[in-house]
Amino acid sequence: MSVTEQHEGASLKIVGGRLIDGNGAESDNVALLIRDGRIAATGDDARRATADETVTAEGCVIAPGFVDLCCNLREPGNGQKGNIASETRAAAHGGFSTVCASPETSPVNDSGAVTHLIRDVAATRSPIHVLPVGAVTRGLEGDLLSDMAGLAAAGCVAVGNGSKGVRNARILRRCMAYAQTFGLTVMFSPENLALAADGYAHDGLVTSRLGLLGIPEVAETTAVMEMILLAEETGVRLHLSQLSCARSVEMLAEARQRGVAVTADVAMHQLLFTESALAGFDSRFHVRPPLRREEDRKALIAGVRAGTIDAIVSQHQPHDSAAKQAPLAATEPGLSSVESVLSLGLELVELNEMTLPELVRALTSGPAAAIGRKASLQEGEIADLCVFDPAEYWTPDNNTLVSAGRHAPVTGRELPGVVRLTVAAGRIAWQQPAS
Amino acid sequence: MTANDPSPHHLQLTRDGQLRHFLTLDGLDRELLTDILDTADSFIEVGERTIKKVPLLRGRTVVNLFFESSTRTRSTFELAAKRLSADVLNLDISTSATSKGESLSDTLLNLEAMASDMFVVRHSQSGAPHFIAESVTPGVAIINAGDGRHAHPTQAMLDMLTIRQHKGTFEGLKVAIVGDVLHSRVARSQIRALNELGAAEVRIIAPGTLLPKDVESLGCTIEYDMAKGMKDLDVVIMLRLQKERMEGALLPSEREFYRLYGLSQEKLALAHPDCIVMHPGPINRGVEIESAVADGPHSVILNQVTNGIAIRMAVMSMAMGGQVAERQRKQSERARS
Repeated sequence: MSVTEQHEGASLKIVGGRLIDGNGAESDNVALLIRDGRIAATGDDARRATADETVTAEGCVIAPGFVDLCCNLREPGNGQKGNIASETRAAAHGGFSTVCASPETSPVNDSGAVTHLIRDVAATRSPIHVLPVGAVTRGLEGDLLSDMAGLAAAGCVAVGNGSKGVRNARILRRCMAYAQTFGLTVMFSPENLALAADGYAHDGLVTSRLGLLGIPEVAETTAVMEMILLAEETGVRLHLSQLSCARSVEMLAEARQRGVAVTADVAMHQLLFTESALAGFDSRFHVRPPLRREEDRKALIAGVRAGTIDAIVSQHQPHDSAAKQAPLAATEPGLSSVESVLSLGLELVELNEMTLPELVRALTSGPAAAIGRKASLQEGEIADLCVFDPAEYWTPDNNTLVSAGRHAPVTGRELPGVVRLTVAAGRIAWQQPAS
Repeated sequence: MTANDPSPHHLQLTRDGQLRHFLTLDGLDRELLTDILDTADSFIEVGERTIKKVPLLRGRTVVNLFFESSTRTRSTFELAAKRLSADVLNLDISTSATSKGESLSDTLLNLEAMASDMFVVRHSQSGAPHFIAESVTPGVAIINAGDGRHAHPTQAMLDMLTIRQHKGTFEGLKVAIVGDVLHSRVARSQIRALNELGAAEVRIIAPGTLLPKDVESLGCTIEYDMAKGMKDLDVVIMLRLQKERMEGALLPSEREFYRLYGLSQEKLALAHPDCIVMHPGPINRGVEIESAVADGPHSVILNQVTNGIAIRMAVMSMAMGGQVAERQRKQSERARS
């Protein structure tokens, strides 16, 4: 049975723990009954009910299942880097009950046929929901419009161009106008290709010292402004993916104040690390957009806290070891991250840079709303949730991480937050074995 | 919270501060830089002997791994290694294995299997020698012979040796580096060395298109006007301007660059009367420098070439010494446990 279908039969009860709903509701000593894939009862009703299995969540946080708007599953195509089964299993370990699958596959997800393939594989091999994002241009080449009607009909929740840019503003405008025709949200990672050129690191202190090729801040900010203006004109729902600059957050806030239908996300690593992570030519931190300055990091966190940035994403990009075993410029951008997003977020909470409810909101209701969905643990809702212990520590290493990606920047580092249980549509997608 | 600052220099020193690799001048203190200069000084007379050899690297295998061609740098490294009595293997990698699709890691494994003791690496990508130093078996020393836009530490040190020979000290010196700093690995290393050794001022004289972002953070001031920048200079270091850089909207023309930033006798006259003129070579006469200046009494360009061999001998012998000391330390630790 597909995880997207409601699970019938077995029931599950979760008792104890602190519930943090993505919408701001909080309660202690919780009881939830899950039956037929939905939250069947809460509170005393749930406590009194009998269930096939009961999970005790003492000391844990119960939250809606995390929703990742940017996850690379590598299938179809790049099997050496990962596949739908391995990466969704990794996502479930990380507390995600839903991932949006990037269109950067091989072949590119630019037709209904590829979307169906992804959904078919996910239905049998993924323990969590997989929502495909279609390519907005054919082959992600940035030149010709893709078959967006077909993509929408096949089940794509949005269209975008992955990490690839669109060649020019005229094509971008047409992409938006055409997507708007079918009510599709467009997801764009804002980058002016001409300004970014061959760069691979933030154009600043570290690039100057190490002689790396820089991507200037204006490569992002000019694209953000261009996209906002075009979205305003075409009326399309715009989602800006993976912001990295303080100035982008300012422009986003201003556009939203003006009433533009624009949402945005940021990758968790942008909230923790800065350009200085590259000071030792560490290819694990070669990401795109690049890690920027401390003031950008702080502004991005402030954007999440204020709700200007709706979502935190993993921007998970599993790679085989060969992709990262080379001089920095020759390595592929991206890091394996989906299993450590929560823990890195909890580090921010420990450092008082963010509150736990703000973190939960940015991992649940924020991203869900950006794709027109809900993430809630109220009675009657689909049972997508996760239970994690924020006070338990773990040390990721390449033997214990589930993703096929072998270049997580957090290996060997003690992190807070262990996911005990992930449930998707009422089914247990991941449960920590009893010790 | 941000990541720690994992600077590359930690990789190149042994636990007790000896040189193990020579990748960058970042993180090397004045004492160590002075040691390198002193050691190089002591090697200068080797080149004046009839038998130009000392046995410091006898029985050792040095591999010149040039992923980017450079006849001059490779020749001086080869000569330096041979004067230290090493066996030398020259590999022009750009035309061999990696061009057939072999990864750099696999190329290294093969070369290590030949029991090499030292790789001298020239690469077009910044950080490549650092990557190699992290990848190779302990005991193999890596010497950076220029990587991308990052560093060219032996070139910078031979420049420092030349300055010290002519000026005696770095204290109080005003030095200008002129031209294409954006693409220059040499300039980055020179700025670092001059600051560490105590120069009073390092000035960059260049147009905005040839400056890295926030270049002042490297420890220098910027001057766009060469006439102003030449004032009170003790040393002027001209950088090579590659002709392809004229395209891509970095500069309008060779002629305009020469008019504004080329070193003529007239501009040199604005500097201190004892100002020395340096250039890492090969020089483009009439683009960066006037022939009368390049061949004139202020020019120390040929001294730089001679000093290049001594500096490379110093660095190679010191790095090999560090590797041996490290190995002995590990052996004695193992024996104790």
